[in-house]
Amino acid sequence: MFIIGERINGMFRSVARAIQERDEAAIADLAVRQVKAGANALDLNTGPTEGDPAEVMAWLVRTVQDAVDVPLSLDSPKPVVIAAGLAAARGYCIVNSTTGEQSRLDALLPLVRDSGAGLIALTIDERGIPRNAESRAEIALTIVARTLEAGISPDHLYLDPIVLPVSAAQDQSAAALEAMPIFRSLCEPAPHLIVGLSNVSQGTTARSLINRTYLVMAMANGLDAAILDPNDADLMDAMRAAGILLNQEIYAEGFLQSMAAV
Amino acid sequence: MSVELVHESWPGRIATATIGATAADGGTRSRTITVGGHAALPFQPGDAPSPYRPVVALEVFDAVPPEWPDHLRETLADVLDSPADWARKGVEEFGADLICLRLFGPHPDVLDSSPDAAAATVRAVLDAVDVPLIVLGCGHPDKDNDLWPRITEAARGERCLMGVAVPENYKTLVVACLADGHSILAEGPIDVNIQKQLTILITAMGLPAERIVMHPGTASLGSGLEYEYSIMERIRLAGLQGDRMLSQPVLTIVGEETWKAKESRLAESAMPEWGVAARRGPAWEAATAAAFLQAGTDIVVLVHPEALAATKRTIEELTSAATEA
Repeated sequence: MFIIGERINGMFRSVARAIQERDEAAIADLAVRQVKAGANALDLNTGPTEGDPAEVMAWLVRTVQDAVDVPLSLDSPKPVVIAAGLAAARGYCIVNSTTGEQSRLDALLPLVRDSGAGLIALTIDERGIPRNAESRAEIALTIVARTLEAGISPDHLYLDPIVLPVSAAQDQSAAALEAMPIFRSLCEPAPHLIVGLSNVSQGTTARSLINRTYLVMAMANGLDAAILDPNDADLMDAMRAAGILLNQEIYAEGFLQSMAAV
Repeated sequence: MSVELVHESWPGRIATATIGATAADGGTRSRTITVGGHAALPFQPGDAPSPYRPVVALEVFDAVPPEWPDHLRETLADVLDSPADWARKGVEEFGADLICLRLFGPHPDVLDSSPDAAAATVRAVLDAVDVPLIVLGCGHPDKDNDLWPRITEAARGERCLMGVAVPENYKTLVVACLADGHSILAEGPIDVNIQKQLTILITAMGLPAERIVMHPGTASLGSGLEYEYSIMERIRLAGLQGDRMLSQPVLTIVGEETWKAKESRLAESAMPEWGVAARRGPAWEAATAAAFLQAGTDIVVLVHPEALAATKRTIEELTSAATEA
């Protein structure tokens, strides 16, 4: 599993404050704690800022890459903000995100190709959020075709089947799971499958339990990447156990310890 | 017709391990040996080239295993009584990259010799050769626990590879290696799950994963080679897929099982159609070593000088074939 830590997001009040005050130590601490807990990459989202979001993104990139050496997921709806992050970054980046909308693909694909970045693509298009697995697959196919045309390898593509809060759209949790094996069959090598995990538990009272249960179900359907909170120890343990049960990792009595040991 | 090779890339990388310490690192070796560092399966033309090629160690004993046939004893007759001379000959005449000293003498069923005698042997071998050393105990848990602190102390600062840590007996060796600056050889007996668990246990005691070399059991052609081959391959694949607890370099002891095989031991009078007895043993060792090299072993420990020479040629040929392609 490729874990992208979700904690550096201006939607969190403490992060908004750190951004406001340009508190490098607070951001660096969030970065280090997530990587220590098992994050392979970190998501950076400026949130609604008072200043220029492009400038804030560049500052986040510089601050985080001085603290840890992992790929960065540049999370913004604005191509100009993403471009500012790409320009500031030294290592591998993942653009988070495009949708299947033509205008967004037109804006982002050249940027992704020219910078050698990865791309997270949500299966949404001009018609909005699809209601079933088939409509998700239709949009996914468009995205895959456009990505390949642009000269981007499927190995850099992370397809997100859109996970909605189970409290608001209960049928969509299952529909997203159903879409996953279809996505994987769209090209060779298969694209990566990713979810923004915490969405599924928005507005519920048992968030960690719902998150980890859904993560395990999604892994069994081929999920190989997720944006999540790596500091949720129960979630990370469930992920490790699922990795063992799916024969993705070799079992040892101390399999839960093995990550903490390095 | 040209064939297009399929190239693989992997998310993980095999760790490196350095054995031996020069004066600059507080030791007395003339050079160090580093193994591991691979980002692909071994000898695959066009895949990521390995920074370090496999090495060969000559196995030297303080007490000759009783099962050795006469034609093997005769080959080494002039040095069998002196581990220091044996090691010197191994480096100067046979071309061993390093020496693997097996201390069987202290075993209660062998000579029951003292830990002090074993420590003196370690010192004598360190003085006789300037290559890095692998030093292995006798395999008897109580005796090894007496032995290890003495021999790690006798070789303090030389960054030896000390062993063999097994799941039932590893704590004393880890503590001794931490105290005296050595690395550790960890054996999961032909069991990938136990091999991984042992790495977890050893690193939990504070020894960095970079100071562990794995020893996934002993086998030879005709005696479990396929099992060990597949375990070793699984270990390497897991390491390349990013499992940090299985990404250590691998050592193989070839002679132990080879010289128990009847093909290596039987006299010509017993099996005339098998050919010259003196040729069969080294061929058996070399064939076993060649298979394990393909499975990803990094340190090959051999007994017979001809097997050592043949294995060096195999490594040279496989390495140059992979890089030329």
